[in-house]
Amino acid sequence: MYPTKYHKPASIEDAIAALGGGDDAMVLAGGQTLLATMKQHLASPSDLVDIRAIEGLSGIAVRGGSLTIGAATTHAEVAGSGDVREQCAALAALASGIGDPAVRNMGTIGGSIANNDPAADYPAALLALGATIITNKREIAADDFFTGLFTTALDEGEIIVAVNVSAPTKAAYAKFDQPASRFALVGVFVANGASGVRVAVTGAGEDGVFRHAGLEAALSADWSGSAVDGVDVAADGLMSDMHAGADYRANLIKVMAKRAVSASA
Amino acid sequence: MTKVNMNVNGKAVSGDVPDETLLSQFLRETLRLTGTHIGCDTSQCGACVVHVNGQAVKSCSTLAVSLDGADVMTIEGLANGELHPMQAAFNDNHGLQCGFCTPGMIMSGVDMVARYKAEGKDLTSDAIRAELEGNICRCTGYHNIVKSIEDAAAKM
Repeated sequence: MYPTKYHKPASIEDAIAALGGGDDAMVLAGGQTLLATMKQHLASPSDLVDIRAIEGLSGIAVRGGSLTIGAATTHAEVAGSGDVREQCAALAALASGIGDPAVRNMGTIGGSIANNDPAADYPAALLALGATIITNKREIAADDFFTGLFTTALDEGEIIVAVNVSAPTKAAYAKFDQPASRFALVGVFVANGASGVRVAVTGAGEDGVFRHAGLEAALSADWSGSAVDGVDVAADGLMSDMHAGADYRANLIKVMAKRAVSASA
Repeated sequence: MTKVNMNVNGKAVSGDVPDETLLSQFLRETLRLTGTHIGCDTSQCGACVVHVNGQAVKSCSTLAVSLDGADVMTIEGLANGELHPMQAAFNDNHGLQCGFCTPGMIMSGVDMVARYKAEGKDLTSDAIRAELEGNICRCTGYHNIVKSIEDAAAKM
Protein backbone atom coordinates (compact mmCIF):
# COMPACT_ATOMS: atom_id res chain seq x y z
CA MET A 1 0.00 0.00 0.00
CA TYR A 2 1.06 3.58 -0.50
CA PRO A 3 1.84 5.48 2.71
CA THR A 4 -1.09 7.01 4.51
CA LYS A 5 -1.69 8.78 7.78
CA TYR A 6 -4.10 7.21 10.24
CA HIS A 7 -6.42 9.18 12.52
CA LYS A 8 -8.77 7.86 15.17
CA PRO A 9 -10.93 10.79 16.28
CA ALA A 10 -13.22 10.52 19.28
CA SER A 11 -15.86 12.92 17.94
CA ILE A 12 -17.57 13.83 14.67
CA GLU A 13 -16.06 17.32 14.91
CA ASP A 14 -12.53 15.92 15.14
CA ALA A 15 -13.29 13.53 12.27
CA ILE A 16 -14.44 16.39 10.04
CA ALA A 17 -11.32 18.37 10.96
CA ALA A 18 -9.10 15.39 10.09
CA LEU A 19 -10.94 14.88 6.79
CA GLY A 20 -10.40 18.54 5.93
CA GLY A 21 -6.75 18.43 6.93
CA GLY A 22 -5.50 15.96 4.31
CA ASP A 23 -5.09 16.40 0.53
CA ASP A 24 -7.18 13.35 -0.14
CA ALA A 25 -8.51 12.05 3.16
CA MET A 26 -11.04 9.22 3.33
CA VAL A 27 -13.28 7.83 6.03
CA LEU A 28 -12.32 4.34 7.24
CA ALA A 29 -14.94 2.15 8.88
CA GLY A 30 -14.62 -1.65 8.57
CA GLY A 31 -12.16 -1.27 5.72
CA GLN A 32 -13.28 -4.47 4.00
CA THR A 33 -13.49 -2.71 0.65
CA LEU A 34 -11.23 0.30 1.17
CA LEU A 35 -8.15 -1.58 2.45
CA ALA A 36 -8.46 -4.19 -0.31
CA THR A 37 -8.71 -1.36 -2.84
CA MET A 38 -5.63 0.32 -1.33
CA LYS A 39 -3.69 -2.95 -1.53
CA GLN A 40 -4.45 -3.03 -5.26
CA HIS A 41 -3.22 0.59 -5.55
CA LEU A 42 -6.68 1.56 -6.80
CA ALA A 43 -7.03 4.01 -3.92
CA SER A 44 -4.28 6.01 -2.22
CA PRO A 45 -5.82 8.29 0.38
CA SER A 46 -3.38 10.69 2.05
CA ASP A 47 -5.21 10.21 5.34
CA LEU A 48 -7.55 7.61 6.80
CA VAL A 49 -10.06 8.85 9.35
CA ASP A 50 -11.26 5.86 11.39
CA ILE A 51 -14.75 6.61 12.70
CA ARG A 52 -15.14 3.49 14.85
CA ALA A 53 -14.04 5.15 18.09
CA ILE A 54 -16.69 7.87 17.84
CA GLU A 55 -19.27 7.43 20.56
CA GLY A 56 -22.78 6.60 19.38
CA LEU A 57 -21.83 5.57 15.84
CA SER A 58 -22.29 1.87 16.50
CA GLY A 59 -25.30 -0.02 17.74
CA ILE A 60 -28.96 -0.74 17.04
CA ALA A 61 -31.98 0.94 18.64
CA VAL A 62 -35.73 0.35 18.20
CA ARG A 63 -38.33 3.05 18.73
CA GLY A 64 -41.96 2.41 17.84
CA GLY A 65 -41.48 0.15 14.83
CA SER A 66 -38.48 2.06 13.61
CA LEU A 67 -34.91 0.73 13.59
CA THR A 68 -31.92 3.02 13.90
CA ILE A 69 -28.64 1.35 12.98
CA GLY A 70 -25.39 3.20 13.66
CA ALA A 71 -23.09 3.69 10.68
CA ALA A 72 -20.25 1.68 12.23
CA THR A 73 -22.46 -1.30 13.09
CA THR A 74 -21.01 -4.45 11.54
CA HIS A 75 -22.84 -6.87 9.27
CA ALA A 76 -22.44 -9.57 11.94
CA GLU A 77 -24.12 -7.31 14.51
CA VAL A 78 -27.06 -6.59 12.20
CA ALA A 79 -27.36 -10.28 11.28
CA GLY A 80 -27.29 -11.35 14.92
CA SER A 81 -29.54 -8.64 16.36
CA GLY A 82 -32.79 -9.83 17.90
CA ASP A 83 -34.25 -6.36 17.33
CA VAL A 84 -33.47 -6.45 13.61
CA ARG A 85 -34.80 -10.00 13.28
CA GLU A 86 -38.02 -8.92 14.98
CA GLN A 87 -38.55 -5.65 13.11
CA CYS A 88 -37.18 -6.61 9.70
CA ALA A 89 -36.02 -10.22 9.42
CA ALA A 90 -35.19 -9.67 5.74
CA LEU A 91 -32.53 -7.12 6.68
CA ALA A 92 -30.91 -9.50 9.19
CA ALA A 93 -30.96 -12.27 6.58
CA LEU A 94 -29.40 -9.96 3.99
CA ALA A 95 -26.61 -8.98 6.40
CA SER A 96 -25.89 -12.65 7.13
CA GLY A 97 -25.21 -13.21 3.42
CA ILE A 98 -22.67 -10.44 2.83
CA GLY A 99 -19.14 -11.67 2.10
CA ASP A 100 -17.96 -14.26 4.60
CA PRO A 101 -17.93 -14.52 8.42
CA ALA A 102 -14.60 -12.69 8.89
CA VAL A 103 -15.68 -9.89 6.56
CA ARG A 104 -19.02 -9.60 8.39
CA ASN A 105 -17.15 -9.12 11.67
CA MET A 106 -15.50 -5.98 10.30
CA GLY A 107 -17.58 -4.56 7.42
CA THR A 108 -20.13 -1.89 8.36
CA ILE A 109 -23.49 -0.73 7.04
CA GLY A 110 -22.28 2.85 6.74
CA GLY A 111 -19.22 1.80 4.77
CA SER A 112 -21.28 -0.34 2.43
CA ILE A 113 -23.76 2.39 1.52
CA ALA A 114 -21.13 5.16 1.34
CA ASN A 115 -19.20 3.02 -1.15
CA ASN A 116 -22.42 2.21 -3.11
CA ASP A 117 -20.91 -0.68 -5.03
CA PRO A 118 -23.36 -1.53 -7.85
CA ALA A 119 -23.44 -5.15 -6.65
CA ALA A 120 -23.60 -4.53 -2.90
CA ASP A 121 -26.54 -5.86 -0.89
CA TYR A 122 -27.36 -3.05 1.55
CA PRO A 123 -28.24 -0.40 -1.08
CA ALA A 124 -31.09 -2.63 -2.33
CA ALA A 125 -32.45 -3.04 1.21
CA LEU A 126 -32.31 0.63 2.10
CA LEU A 127 -33.86 1.72 -1.18
CA ALA A 128 -36.69 -0.83 -0.98
CA LEU A 129 -37.35 -0.08 2.69
CA GLY A 130 -37.46 3.66 2.01
CA ALA A 131 -34.75 4.19 4.61
CA THR A 132 -33.46 7.54 5.78
CA ILE A 133 -29.71 8.10 5.88
CA ILE A 134 -28.75 10.35 8.77
CA THR A 135 -25.50 12.29 8.41
CA ASN A 136 -23.73 14.84 10.59
CA LYS A 137 -25.47 17.54 8.52
CA ARG A 138 -28.91 16.32 7.44
CA GLU A 139 -31.28 13.46 6.72
CA ILE A 140 -31.29 12.03 3.19
CA ALA A 141 -34.01 9.76 1.78
CA ALA A 142 -32.62 6.58 0.23
CA ASP A 143 -34.34 7.63 -3.02
CA ASP A 144 -32.01 10.65 -3.14
CA PHE A 145 -28.92 9.04 -1.62
CA PHE A 146 -27.78 6.47 -4.22
CA THR A 147 -26.89 8.60 -7.22
CA GLY A 148 -24.83 6.29 -9.46
CA LEU A 149 -21.93 3.83 -9.61
CA PHE A 150 -19.90 4.24 -6.42
CA THR A 151 -21.56 7.64 -6.05
CA THR A 152 -23.83 9.03 -3.35
CA ALA A 153 -25.39 12.33 -2.33
CA LEU A 154 -22.78 12.73 0.44
CA ASP A 155 -20.90 16.04 0.29
CA GLU A 156 -17.26 16.62 1.20
CA GLY A 157 -16.90 16.51 4.95
CA GLU A 158 -20.22 14.73 5.40
CA ILE A 159 -20.23 11.51 7.44
CA ILE A 160 -23.03 8.98 7.77
CA VAL A 161 -24.08 8.69 11.41
CA ALA A 162 -26.90 6.14 11.15
CA VAL A 163 -29.64 4.73 8.97
CA ASN A 164 -33.26 4.69 9.96
CA VAL A 165 -35.64 1.98 8.71
CA SER A 166 -39.36 1.58 9.37
CA ALA A 167 -40.42 -2.02 9.91
CA PRO A 168 -42.20 -3.29 6.78
CA THR A 169 -45.31 -5.47 6.86
CA LYS A 170 -43.65 -7.91 4.48
CA ALA A 171 -40.17 -7.99 3.02
CA ALA A 172 -37.54 -10.34 1.65
CA TYR A 173 -34.29 -10.28 -0.27
CA ALA A 174 -33.28 -12.83 -2.89
CA LYS A 175 -29.75 -12.83 -4.25
CA PHE A 176 -28.17 -14.77 -7.08
CA ASP A 177 -24.53 -14.87 -6.05
CA GLN A 178 -21.70 -14.29 -8.45
CA PRO A 179 -20.00 -17.54 -7.47
CA ALA A 180 -16.44 -16.22 -7.12
CA SER A 181 -17.01 -12.95 -5.28
CA ARG A 182 -20.38 -13.67 -3.63
CA PHE A 183 -21.44 -10.18 -4.59
CA ALA A 184 -24.90 -10.08 -6.13
CA LEU A 185 -25.00 -10.95 -9.80
CA VAL A 186 -28.58 -9.84 -9.29
CA GLY A 187 -30.27 -9.16 -5.98
CA VAL A 188 -33.88 -8.06 -5.50
CA PHE A 189 -35.30 -6.67 -2.27
CA VAL A 190 -39.11 -6.48 -2.09
CA ALA A 191 -40.87 -4.56 0.66
CA ASN A 192 -44.52 -3.92 1.44
CA GLY A 193 -45.09 -1.35 4.15
CA ALA A 194 -46.30 2.09 5.11
CA SER A 195 -44.85 3.65 1.95
CA GLY A 196 -46.47 1.02 -0.29
CA VAL A 197 -44.75 -1.65 -2.34
CA ARG A 198 -41.14 -0.93 -3.22
CA VAL A 199 -38.82 -3.17 -5.24
CA ALA A 200 -35.09 -2.43 -5.48
CA VAL A 201 -32.59 -4.21 -7.70
CA THR A 202 -28.83 -4.44 -7.14
CA GLY A 203 -26.07 -6.04 -9.21
CA ALA A 204 -27.80 -5.31 -12.48
CA GLY A 205 -28.11 -1.60 -13.22
CA GLU A 206 -25.48 0.31 -15.21
CA ASP A 207 -26.03 3.19 -12.78
CA GLY A 208 -26.14 1.03 -9.68
CA VAL A 209 -29.11 0.16 -7.50
CA PHE A 210 -32.56 1.12 -8.84
CA ARG A 211 -36.28 0.70 -8.21
CA HIS A 212 -38.40 -1.16 -10.76
CA ALA A 213 -41.71 0.56 -11.46
CA GLY A 214 -43.24 -2.37 -13.36
CA LEU A 215 -42.59 -4.84 -10.55
CA GLU A 216 -43.86 -2.35 -7.97
CA ALA A 217 -47.11 -1.82 -9.89
CA ALA A 218 -47.72 -5.54 -10.36
CA LEU A 219 -46.96 -6.39 -6.72
CA SER A 220 -49.08 -3.47 -5.47
CA ALA A 221 -52.06 -5.02 -7.27
CA ASP A 222 -51.26 -8.58 -6.23
CA TRP A 223 -48.49 -9.52 -3.74
CA SER A 224 -47.69 -12.92 -5.20
CA GLY A 225 -44.99 -14.64 -7.17
CA SER A 226 -47.31 -15.14 -10.13
CA ALA A 227 -47.90 -11.38 -10.38
CA VAL A 228 -44.26 -11.10 -11.47
CA ASP A 229 -44.86 -13.28 -14.56
CA GLY A 230 -46.65 -10.59 -16.53
CA VAL A 231 -44.08 -7.86 -15.86
CA ASP A 232 -41.84 -6.79 -18.69
CA VAL A 233 -38.27 -6.39 -17.39
CA ALA A 234 -36.20 -4.80 -20.15
CA ALA A 235 -32.46 -5.37 -20.59
CA ASP A 236 -31.95 -1.68 -21.43
CA GLY A 237 -29.70 -0.01 -18.90
CA LEU A 238 -28.54 -3.29 -17.38
CA MET A 239 -24.89 -4.30 -17.09
CA SER A 240 -23.20 -6.81 -19.36
CA ASP A 241 -19.88 -8.25 -18.28
CA MET A 242 -17.90 -11.51 -18.32
CA HIS A 243 -20.24 -12.97 -15.69
CA ALA A 244 -23.59 -12.30 -17.36
CA GLY A 245 -25.21 -10.42 -20.22
CA ALA A 246 -27.91 -7.78 -19.78
CA ASP A 247 -30.65 -10.12 -21.03
CA TYR A 248 -29.60 -12.80 -18.53
CA ARG A 249 -29.64 -10.24 -15.73
CA ALA A 250 -33.11 -9.05 -16.87
CA ASN A 251 -34.41 -12.59 -16.55
CA LEU A 252 -32.73 -13.01 -13.16
CA ILE A 253 -34.48 -9.88 -11.88
CA LYS A 254 -37.84 -11.59 -12.44
CA VAL A 255 -36.65 -14.87 -10.95
CA MET A 256 -35.21 -13.17 -7.85
CA ALA A 257 -38.31 -10.97 -7.46
CA LYS A 258 -40.48 -14.09 -7.51
CA ARG A 259 -38.31 -15.87 -4.99
CA ALA A 260 -38.28 -12.83 -2.73
CA VAL A 261 -42.06 -12.40 -2.80
CA SER A 262 -42.57 -16.11 -2.13
CA ALA A 263 -40.18 -15.95 0.82
CA SER A 264 -41.53 -12.68 2.22
CA ALA A 265 -42.94 -12.62 5.72
CA MET B 1 5.55 5.68 12.37
CA THR B 2 3.05 4.97 15.09
CA LYS B 3 3.55 2.95 18.22
CA VAL B 4 1.11 0.06 18.56
CA ASN B 5 0.47 -1.91 21.73
CA MET B 6 -1.44 -5.18 21.60
CA ASN B 7 -1.91 -8.31 23.56
CA VAL B 8 -0.95 -11.15 21.20
CA ASN B 9 -1.45 -14.74 22.37
CA GLY B 10 -1.59 -13.54 25.95
CA LYS B 11 1.60 -11.46 25.81
CA ALA B 12 1.88 -7.69 25.74
CA VAL B 13 3.71 -6.65 22.56
CA SER B 14 4.46 -3.36 20.88
CA GLY B 15 6.07 -2.04 17.74
CA ASP B 16 6.70 1.16 15.80
CA VAL B 17 5.14 0.72 12.39
CA PRO B 18 4.04 2.86 9.43
CA ASP B 19 0.31 3.64 9.58
CA GLU B 20 -0.42 1.57 6.45
CA THR B 21 0.96 -1.63 8.06
CA LEU B 22 -1.58 -4.43 7.91
CA LEU B 23 -2.12 -6.62 10.95
CA SER B 24 -0.79 -9.57 8.91
CA GLN B 25 2.47 -7.69 8.26
CA PHE B 26 2.74 -6.64 11.88
CA LEU B 27 2.33 -10.24 13.04
CA ARG B 28 4.71 -11.73 10.50
CA GLU B 29 7.39 -9.06 10.08
CA THR B 30 7.46 -7.19 13.38
CA LEU B 31 6.55 -10.02 15.76
CA ARG B 32 7.94 -12.82 13.53
CA LEU B 33 4.77 -14.86 14.07
CA THR B 34 4.81 -16.43 10.62
CA GLY B 35 2.07 -18.97 11.26
CA THR B 36 -0.42 -16.42 9.92
CA HIS B 37 -0.16 -16.81 6.16
CA ILE B 38 -0.73 -14.43 3.26
CA GLY B 39 -2.30 -16.42 0.45
CA CYS B 40 -3.74 -13.75 -1.83
CA ASP B 41 -3.56 -10.07 -2.52
CA THR B 42 -7.29 -9.60 -2.75
CA SER B 43 -8.59 -10.33 0.77
CA GLN B 44 -10.44 -13.43 -0.40
CA CYS B 45 -8.47 -16.51 0.67
CA GLY B 46 -8.66 -16.45 4.48
CA ALA B 47 -5.19 -17.93 5.12
CA CYS B 48 -4.54 -14.89 7.35
CA VAL B 49 -7.57 -15.27 9.66
CA VAL B 50 -6.80 -14.51 13.31
CA HIS B 51 -9.04 -13.66 16.25
CA VAL B 52 -9.32 -10.01 17.31
CA ASN B 53 -11.12 -9.49 20.60
CA GLY B 54 -12.56 -12.97 20.17
CA GLN B 55 -13.82 -12.59 16.61
CA ALA B 56 -12.44 -14.06 13.37
CA VAL B 57 -10.92 -11.31 11.24
CA LYS B 58 -8.81 -11.26 8.07
CA SER B 59 -5.54 -9.82 9.32
CA CYS B 60 -4.64 -8.74 5.77
CA SER B 61 -7.67 -6.43 5.74
CA THR B 62 -7.09 -4.67 9.04
CA LEU B 63 -4.61 -1.95 9.92
CA ALA B 64 -2.32 -2.74 12.85
CA VAL B 65 -2.56 0.84 14.14
CA SER B 66 -6.35 0.57 14.35
CA LEU B 67 -5.99 -2.26 16.88
CA ASP B 68 -4.09 -0.47 19.63
CA GLY B 69 -5.02 -2.23 22.88
CA ALA B 70 -6.70 -5.19 21.17
CA ASP B 71 -6.46 -8.86 22.14
CA VAL B 72 -5.19 -10.89 19.20
CA MET B 73 -4.97 -14.67 19.00
CA THR B 74 -2.98 -16.30 16.19
CA ILE B 75 -2.46 -19.94 15.31
CA GLU B 76 0.66 -19.90 17.51
CA GLY B 77 -1.48 -19.13 20.55
CA LEU B 78 -3.99 -21.97 20.20
CA ALA B 79 -2.01 -24.90 21.55
CA ASN B 80 -1.77 -24.97 25.32
CA GLY B 81 0.88 -27.57 26.13
CA GLU B 82 -0.83 -29.94 23.75
CA LEU B 83 -2.57 -29.35 20.44
CA HIS B 84 -5.93 -27.56 20.48
CA PRO B 85 -8.78 -30.01 19.64
CA MET B 86 -9.18 -28.27 16.25
CA GLN B 87 -5.49 -28.78 15.44
CA ALA B 88 -5.65 -32.42 16.58
CA ALA B 89 -8.76 -32.99 14.45
CA PHE B 90 -7.09 -31.62 11.31
CA ASN B 91 -4.21 -34.02 12.00
CA ASP B 92 -6.48 -37.01 12.72
CA ASN B 93 -8.75 -36.43 9.70
CA HIS B 94 -6.05 -35.48 7.20
CA GLY B 95 -7.69 -32.06 6.89
CA LEU B 96 -4.79 -30.63 4.91
CA GLN B 97 -2.46 -31.39 2.09
CA CYS B 98 0.13 -28.65 1.60
CA GLY B 99 -0.97 -26.93 4.77
CA PHE B 100 -0.77 -23.38 3.52
CA CYS B 101 -4.43 -22.52 4.15
CA THR B 102 -4.55 -24.51 7.39
CA PRO B 103 -3.83 -21.73 9.94
CA GLY B 104 -6.79 -19.76 8.56
CA MET B 105 -8.99 -22.85 8.35
CA ILE B 106 -8.26 -23.69 11.98
CA MET B 107 -8.84 -20.14 13.24
CA SER B 108 -12.13 -19.95 11.30
CA GLY B 109 -13.04 -23.43 12.55
CA VAL B 110 -12.49 -22.48 16.20
CA ASP B 111 -14.51 -19.29 15.69
CA MET B 112 -17.49 -21.02 14.08
CA VAL B 113 -17.65 -23.78 16.69
CA ALA B 114 -17.57 -21.18 19.50
CA ARG B 115 -20.25 -19.06 17.82
CA TYR B 116 -22.60 -21.97 17.12
CA LYS B 117 -22.20 -23.31 20.65
CA ALA B 118 -22.89 -19.87 22.14
CA GLU B 119 -26.08 -19.56 20.08
CA GLY B 120 -27.09 -23.16 20.75
CA LYS B 121 -27.20 -23.93 17.04
CA ASP B 122 -26.29 -27.22 15.41
CA LEU B 123 -23.10 -26.98 13.33
CA THR B 124 -24.04 -29.31 10.49
CA SER B 125 -21.67 -30.19 7.67
CA ASP B 126 -23.69 -27.87 5.40
CA ALA B 127 -23.30 -25.07 7.92
CA ILE B 128 -19.54 -25.70 8.09
CA ARG B 129 -19.31 -25.46 4.31
CA ALA B 130 -21.23 -22.18 4.33
CA GLU B 131 -19.11 -20.84 7.19
CA LEU B 132 -15.94 -21.66 5.21
CA GLU B 133 -17.02 -19.26 2.47
CA GLY B 134 -14.03 -17.03 3.16
CA ASN B 135 -11.38 -19.76 3.44
CA ILE B 136 -9.98 -21.15 0.24
CA CYS B 137 -8.04 -24.42 -0.09
CA ARG B 138 -6.46 -25.11 -3.48
CA CYS B 139 -5.16 -28.63 -2.75
CA THR B 140 -7.60 -31.12 -1.42
CA GLY B 141 -11.12 -29.99 -1.77
CA TYR B 142 -12.98 -29.40 1.43
CA HIS B 143 -14.26 -32.83 2.42
CA ASN B 144 -11.66 -33.65 5.08
CA ILE B 145 -11.59 -30.05 6.30
CA VAL B 146 -15.33 -30.27 6.99
CA LYS B 147 -14.80 -33.66 8.68
CA SER B 148 -12.03 -32.18 10.83
CA ILE B 149 -14.20 -29.30 12.04
CA GLU B 150 -17.13 -31.66 12.74
CA ASP B 151 -14.79 -33.89 14.74
CA ALA B 152 -13.34 -30.97 16.70
CA ALA B 153 -16.79 -29.51 17.36
CA ALA B 154 -17.75 -32.72 19.13
CA LYS B 155 -14.70 -32.43 21.40
CA MET B 156 -14.66 -28.70 22.11
